[in-house]
Amino acid sequence: MIAVRAELPAPPLVELQGVDKVYGRGDAEVHALRGVDLGISAGEFVAIMGASGSGKSTCMNILGCLDVPTSGRYLFRGVDVATLTHDQRALLRRNFIGFVFQGYNLLPRTSAVENVELPLTYRGVERAERHRRALAALRDVGLEGRELHTAAELSGGQQQRVAIARAIVSGPDLLLADEPTGNLDTARSLELMRLITTLNQERGLTVIMVTHENDIAAFASRVIRFRDGAVVPGKGA
Amino acid sequence: MFLTSAFQMAARQIRRHGMRSALTTLGVVIGTAAVIAMVTLGRGTTARISDEIGKIGRNLLFVAPGAPRHGAAHGRVTAFALEDARAIAREVRGLVAVAPTAMAPVLAVYGNNNWRTMLSGVDHNFLVVREWTLATGRAFQAGEERSGAAVCILGDTVRGNLFVGEEPLGRSIRVANVSCEVIGVLASRGRSTMGEDQDDLVLMPLLAVQRRIAGNQDVGAILVSAADGESTARIQEDITRLMRQRRHITGDKEDDFAVRDLKELADLAARTTGILTTLLAAIAAVSLLVGGIGIMNIMLVSVTERTREIGIRLAIGARAREILLQFLIEAVVLSAMGGVLGIGVGLGGSYLAARALELPFVIDVPIVIIAFVFSAAVGVSFGFFPARKAARLDPIVALRFE
Repeated sequence: MIAVRAELPAPPLVELQGVDKVYGRGDAEVHALRGVDLGISAGEFVAIMGASGSGKSTCMNILGCLDVPTSGRYLFRGVDVATLTHDQRALLRRNFIGFVFQGYNLLPRTSAVENVELPLTYRGVERAERHRRALAALRDVGLEGRELHTAAELSGGQQQRVAIARAIVSGPDLLLADEPTGNLDTARSLELMRLITTLNQERGLTVIMVTHENDIAAFASRVIRFRDGAVVPGKGA
Repeated sequence: MFLTSAFQMAARQIRRHGMRSALTTLGVVIGTAAVIAMVTLGRGTTARISDEIGKIGRNLLFVAPGAPRHGAAHGRVTAFALEDARAIAREVRGLVAVAPTAMAPVLAVYGNNNWRTMLSGVDHNFLVVREWTLATGRAFQAGEERSGAAVCILGDTVRGNLFVGEEPLGRSIRVANVSCEVIGVLASRGRSTMGEDQDDLVLMPLLAVQRRIAGNQDVGAILVSAADGESTARIQEDITRLMRQRRHITGDKEDDFAVRDLKELADLAARTTGILTTLLAAIAAVSLLVGGIGIMNIMLVSVTERTREIGIRLAIGARAREILLQFLIEAVVLSAMGGVLGIGVGLGGSYLAARALELPFVIDVPIVIIAFVFSAAVGVSFGFFPARKAARLDPIVALRFE
């Protein structure tokens, strides 16, 4: 019995079922996603690729609970996100999802450690504890000694590391990275990818990353390609 | 928990934009300061008037010829006589003193100095009803009053203008070409609430004024002081009845004299000041509202500037209400800071103004509290719209905002 159960495929952490996303109305209607089916299990490292306008960003927004499908279902840990209120989706992001953006999106004129503390502020973590955990997260991304630097005083690669520290400080299940290396040179990109890979492999952090560089996507264990709002059939899907 | 962080964030944001925050709060500072100054100075004036009531003499009634509806200057006026005052003293119960007076504008001359002033013909009761004391010298003696002796008591202003560095007692001055000896100087009372110099007068025995200067037997006004605990309304009524009888006014014919309760007049003046204070404070409160609009304006700018930040916060799991609270608290901290500063400026300014205007400095604690609460409320009401705008941002749009 036990052996059988172990052989069953793990239930997906996130699952898209026939997801459509339509923007605008009438003639201005844009079908960003058409019937996307997708399942990603806990612990996976998935790269999403596709040309601009292929629907990959829309897909990321839905996966990140920033947006909801027009039709179809998005299940996060088996919960249909479309049935949640705005606030419930915010709490879902707060507790389970970490975001990394192409443009780093750190708070300006705010120190690295304060940036990393931010998600914990919303979780109601006490100040001293917040600080301790933020310092630990910065250490994990290799930024020891840079804690008090503001974004302007850090290089692009360092800023993105702060962003990763901010994303993982609250111990999320899912890391969503939207072209995390888009603004970095090759050496920094590779460093960053090694960091993300480490987080995926050592902590079992599920990573979904949008990129359009093949050598970056190569770090992922699975690549999903988007074209015209749909997943291109192939080995990834 | 989150509230603490929100206050810390607000404090940081305000510190970061020091100049802008200062200019933004300026409107609230000025508004609050204006309200505080108006109320404080208004209360000072009221206190001054109450003080004045005491100075005029407590429970003082003023009986003057002339119908109350027209002033003394209009219509035919029949003066009182000394006997009227005596009748009041005799027949009305509960009086301390009755002082008949006759007034005339005169020129007082001593040596090369002259001074245009008001001459009052009075008897010893005058000092009693006005609760006035002498700085130096003595009051009129009974004999001087009976004979209408040419002696006078000077108000402090008259003394100062006629006798420069000279002792006035025993000197002879000319009042309307009548020579009289100075026997006393009144204690100084300063200006009244209406700004009139109370020390600008010369007292002479009533009979002396009537005979030597006015040339008639008229008594211009009768001052009556009621005993403590007596109803001035009842005394007013008694005097009116007595005077109507003596002046042969029958039936429903109108009085040709007026009995005024000075305390009532002073109360009225105090009430009027109170109303004016409220009015001025209300006008000042309008500027506080204008200050609120300034805060709203800057908060809207701030929300636009920080759209990306809001996007980040929403993405990492801030709820709309937490974004709302953050911006609301920032607006409230700004306006409450302005309120505190404004209270300081208002109290400081009115302290200086009160000193310059010789008004008592009265801090109205409830108004200070109300002003603070009101300024914070301005922050809430004018901060709400920008904060709601921030809270309603779509995180996807906000994150892409350049």
